[in-house]
Amino acid sequence: MTDHQAHALRLLTAKHRWRVWEIALWLAAIAAIFLLPSQLLILTEIVILALFAVSLDLILGYAGIVSLGHTAFFGLGAYAAGILARDYVAEPVTGLVFAGLVSGLFGLATSFLVLRGSDLTRLMTTFGVAMLLAELGNQAAWLTGGADGLSGISMTPILGLFEFDLWGRNGYIYCLVVLIVLTFVARHITNSPFGLSLMAIKRNPRRAAMLGISPKRRIVTVYAVSAAYAGMAGALLAQTTNFVSPDVLAFHRSADVLLVLVIGGAGYLYGGIFGAIIFTMLRDWLSVATPQYWMFWIGLILVAIVMIGRERLTGWPALLAARLKSRTGEAAR
Amino acid sequence: MMALETRNLVKRFGGFTATHDVSLSIRQGARHALIGPNGAGKTTLINLFTGVFAPTSGQIFLDGEDITALPAHARVARGLSRTFQINQLFADFTPLDSMMLAIGERKGHGRRFWQPLAADREVAEEAVTTLERFRLADVMSEETRLLPYGKQRLLEIALAIAARPKVLLLDEPAAGVPEEEREEVLGIVRALPEDVTVVLIEHDMDLVFSFADRISVLAAGALFAEGSVEEISRDPQVKAIYLGEDA
Repeated sequence: MTDHQAHALRLLTAKHRWRVWEIALWLAAIAAIFLLPSQLLILTEIVILALFAVSLDLILGYAGIVSLGHTAFFGLGAYAAGILARDYVAEPVTGLVFAGLVSGLFGLATSFLVLRGSDLTRLMTTFGVAMLLAELGNQAAWLTGGADGLSGISMTPILGLFEFDLWGRNGYIYCLVVLIVLTFVARHITNSPFGLSLMAIKRNPRRAAMLGISPKRRIVTVYAVSAAYAGMAGALLAQTTNFVSPDVLAFHRSADVLLVLVIGGAGYLYGGIFGAIIFTMLRDWLSVATPQYWMFWIGLILVAIVMIGRERLTGWPALLAARLKSRTGEAAR
Repeated sequence: MMALETRNLVKRFGGFTATHDVSLSIRQGARHALIGPNGAGKTTLINLFTGVFAPTSGQIFLDGEDITALPAHARVARGLSRTFQINQLFADFTPLDSMMLAIGERKGHGRRFWQPLAADREVAEEAVTTLERFRLADVMSEETRLLPYGKQRLLEIALAIAARPKVLLLDEPAAGVPEEEREEVLGIVRALPEDVTVVLIEHDMDLVFSFADRISVLAAGALFAEGSVEEISRDPQVKAIYLGEDA
């Protein structure tokens, strides 16, 4: 093997290697089970939002597909898991897989809407699909409970072994395991040749086509995977709260998850997770500190983040370093 | 059999005819130059060849096969590849990533979603060999946007070559390359494998005359003249419409 080849293999291997902060994040999440036993309900909420945001990152951060209706898949998954548990099987993992399948298939069926057109058309079609689904959920009260929400869910123990407890401990562990497994899978997908081709399509579709890449299939695939992820996040919400509110299909959820991803940064998977932590904590803190104006502050923070225009949270150190470098460079001249 | 052929190709944008009844035959293994003043429709023709635009009428054949209705990516798979006049690169990819992508796609590995890139040894090895050939191996870990323009230009050509084309369309390969990097780029262009048919769009007459064995002259979207380097360089009408105006 030549030096160049060895160098190339090192570079390619490094992409896939677990970074210290990744491991630290997961260890902290696991440690929270023991260190923050009174906060497990809000942590569960964070984990579910994180999974939802990771799902959005798969299409937005990797394939460049903007969506204002991603909650269609989240809500559909929540209802699928809720109805399955109420009427047929109340075992959570079965419900999780079922919800993933239902949302994934719905993603596959609606993917043609995001294949072509500008960002604006995509925003409108995704928005439209979510609105449609919200109204269907509202009207089909015999199935979904309509405006009252879907109740009467009583989950059996996870895999028949672990019962959901009042403190939300097993609920948190369950959600965290799902997030870890699905992030691991997403990590694998994004580091593959398929993942690389998605990034290429996002960056320069003209050139991607000139390398023989047919963008259609790749986008359909990732859209379905992303929808399945969102559906599973919705299932987790239904299963841990024993309830599905019609709010799961509400527009603000699509907006929130987009906000979460923007806060954390798109295109590196963990943006959704960091964003979910920051967003939920900010919201909780602000809604106590300034109950009437917390939306104002969230809005201000959003504007600030977008204006500063960095791509991701972990980009901060690099950005600062680059600034400093150019400063000192100018000073030296 | 002709490597690339068009029959009565027409492209209109609204009322403007960018390509006017072009019938062109390019022989296997040729070094064929397309020249003409600015706005003569050279790049439009390349865009028609590669499927960026659909022609208003007429047909395009690659190796005798009608490819007029095929989308761009399917033409690449059949052996038609191009470079762009203005670099179309993946700005924050490294040259290594770009080559992994280009070669992986040619081999049909792009649908593999469970294999880490590093595990694709076969593609990695070819990527490195190609990077070495294009003198990009030393900068393979740098972000593309940070590379000198000449290196970016080399990557642009390397990406097109990675598809192992039968016909390669070069749209002003040396355009914008600073003088000191120019020879490196031209060296690569001259050293392209002989069995690859090369169609060159170029403004630089020295380059055209030293590189091409056949020249087609376009003017106002139509094929104006075609011949050997000798014939074209002597043709008084070509001089009048092109050399005279532009030189």
